[in-house]
Amino acid sequence: MLKDEDRIFKNLYNDLGADLNSSKKRGDWVNTKDLCEKGRNWIIDEVKKSELRGRGGAGFPTGLKWSFAPKEVGSRPHYLVINADESEPGTCKDRDILRFEPHKLLEGCLIAAYAVNSHKCYIYLRGEYYNEGVELQKAIDEAYKDNLIGKNASGTGWDLDIYIHYGAGAYICGEETALLESIEGNKGQPRLKPPFPALVGLYGCPTIVNNVETVSVVPTILRKGSKWFASLGKPKNTGTKIFCISGNVNKPCNVEEEMGIPLKDLIDAHAGGVVGGWENLQAVIPGGSSMPLLNKEISEKITMDFDSLVENKSGLGTAGIVVINKDQDIIKCFARIARFYKHESCGQCTPCREGSGWMWRILERMAKGEASREEVEMLFDVTKQIEGHTICAFGEGSAWPVQGLLRNFKKEIIKRNNFDPLIKSNKDIPYLVDQHLLEKDNAQNKS
Amino acid sequence: MSLKKISKDQPEKFEFDQQSLEAAKKILSNYPKGKEKSAVMALLYIAQRQNNNWIPLSAIKYIAKFLNMPYIKVYEVATFYSMYNLSPVGNFHVQICTTTPCMIRGAYKIVDICKKKISEKENVLSENGNCSWTEVECLGACISAPMMQINNDYYEDLDIKQSEKIIDEVLMGKKPKPGSYRGRINSEPENNRKTLLDLKNA
Repeated sequence: MLKDEDRIFKNLYNDLGADLNSSKKRGDWVNTKDLCEKGRNWIIDEVKKSELRGRGGAGFPTGLKWSFAPKEVGSRPHYLVINADESEPGTCKDRDILRFEPHKLLEGCLIAAYAVNSHKCYIYLRGEYYNEGVELQKAIDEAYKDNLIGKNASGTGWDLDIYIHYGAGAYICGEETALLESIEGNKGQPRLKPPFPALVGLYGCPTIVNNVETVSVVPTILRKGSKWFASLGKPKNTGTKIFCISGNVNKPCNVEEEMGIPLKDLIDAHAGGVVGGWENLQAVIPGGSSMPLLNKEISEKITMDFDSLVENKSGLGTAGIVVINKDQDIIKCFARIARFYKHESCGQCTPCREGSGWMWRILERMAKGEASREEVEMLFDVTKQIEGHTICAFGEGSAWPVQGLLRNFKKEIIKRNNFDPLIKSNKDIPYLVDQHLLEKDNAQNKS
Repeated sequence: MSLKKISKDQPEKFEFDQQSLEAAKKILSNYPKGKEKSAVMALLYIAQRQNNNWIPLSAIKYIAKFLNMPYIKVYEVATFYSMYNLSPVGNFHVQICTTTPCMIRGAYKIVDICKKKISEKENVLSENGNCSWTEVECLGACISAPMMQINNDYYEDLDIKQSEKIIDEVLMGKKPKPGSYRGRINSEPENNRKTLLDLKNA
């Protein structure tokens, strides 16, 4: 288990208070000026050496991302945008940072903004986090008052303004380009990449988009040194991470732990074990609903870091762990996840807009045992039609969990849905054209 | 994309009152010159707050004029995002998260309570007109499942009995106490904390 002194978010459970004075006692804002005076290159270099990878899901190296911003400010200003649109099912880590460690985030904003030459920072906060937004605004006001941000922020000679921009309940706005569209006052539909936001982002200007947790750990990395951060976890998967453990565990919680911690340790030691005991475990979603599930055998020995999970055909994502025990109907669980994606698809690309509804409807029928056995293959085919054929990663995010289900629980599905196709005479209808004909009611009307 | 029902009863006129106008001007100053359009989301919120938690079409027109945007562009934004209510909701708008992490901890039992006590169907006002409910997607409090949001506040770690009590209270027009209903402190594992212990006891 990680030593307490190596934990970055000391106030994760709000033992100490989130206000400026308490935060300063924990070491926030202490020598921000000195850190900035070491220069942009030093900051970016330290972050690179720490091997910090983005905490928002994709795990892109943060230092590298920052180095993509143009070195000199040209005719277009640079922007820093913080992605606080946390809405991946299973994930609630940023909420605690916003509530209890807002000054870590704000200090991180100043350092990041300084490193990428930005004078303006927008924090895109999901609309439902209204109370968290109030807390964050309080922290921003405190920081302005203490001259930590604003003109000549913290005495660095750098001006920085930080604004909150509230979202309004669209999951897709967590995708960075959709988020930028949303700030610009449009509906949140992702843009084609390239150009990447680092060159053409908000208002067409160079923009760096980072997750809340990523930015919040940067000040501590600079203070304690990149070596310290890189010594935690595994190579290329360094540092600490807030894990959210929810679902069928005895003590659901958020906890900051070292990267590469065994999943079983997280569940047993911190979350009080699976409800009904480890033997009662059915599956674990390791990184928010977009990541394919792990079966019991893999869950037993997997370690929680980006690379190990990819090797096991899943991903760390946001490290939102959802534990599902044998009391649950696994098909129903994934039908509900498919409904989530159907609801949240932005509707821009056809495979995702239509496919997410397809997957949901088929899975709902499978949960009831009303699907035919041929549809199991069809469902897999539909996921393949979506994956890789959309503008943004939402396509993968919606297809992967279904693929994971099919990989691990195909037997159960076929056992429950062992019918012959409902209407044989119409069997030759290409399913991509007339899916509704295969549905029971329509089929009956037709004959 | 969420399905939106636009109210058939629309007020003819909408205008920001003084308070809203000041709030709107403050928001506008957050964005660069010429990019006022960025304020559209915030302005819709302001209109919603002023107008009893829903946005009439006349407010969409007003905001379009206010920001010098085409009406349809504001309409597009208002219909895209799920948090803008385009028909009246109750003074207490109950939103129950039923996405998988909440579902497997019993969120649909809370839905049943709402069906019984508030209204049979989603987004329909209760008999006394005070309350409405809806199922929503993940609210980002998964470790406190099952949970619901009433207006701005989160109600976490619920069970059937407490949910019934909460719904009874809002139906009577009282605001229940937000937060965990199992007495847990924030996101810590109850009675099982193994980290930052010296701070806890400090």
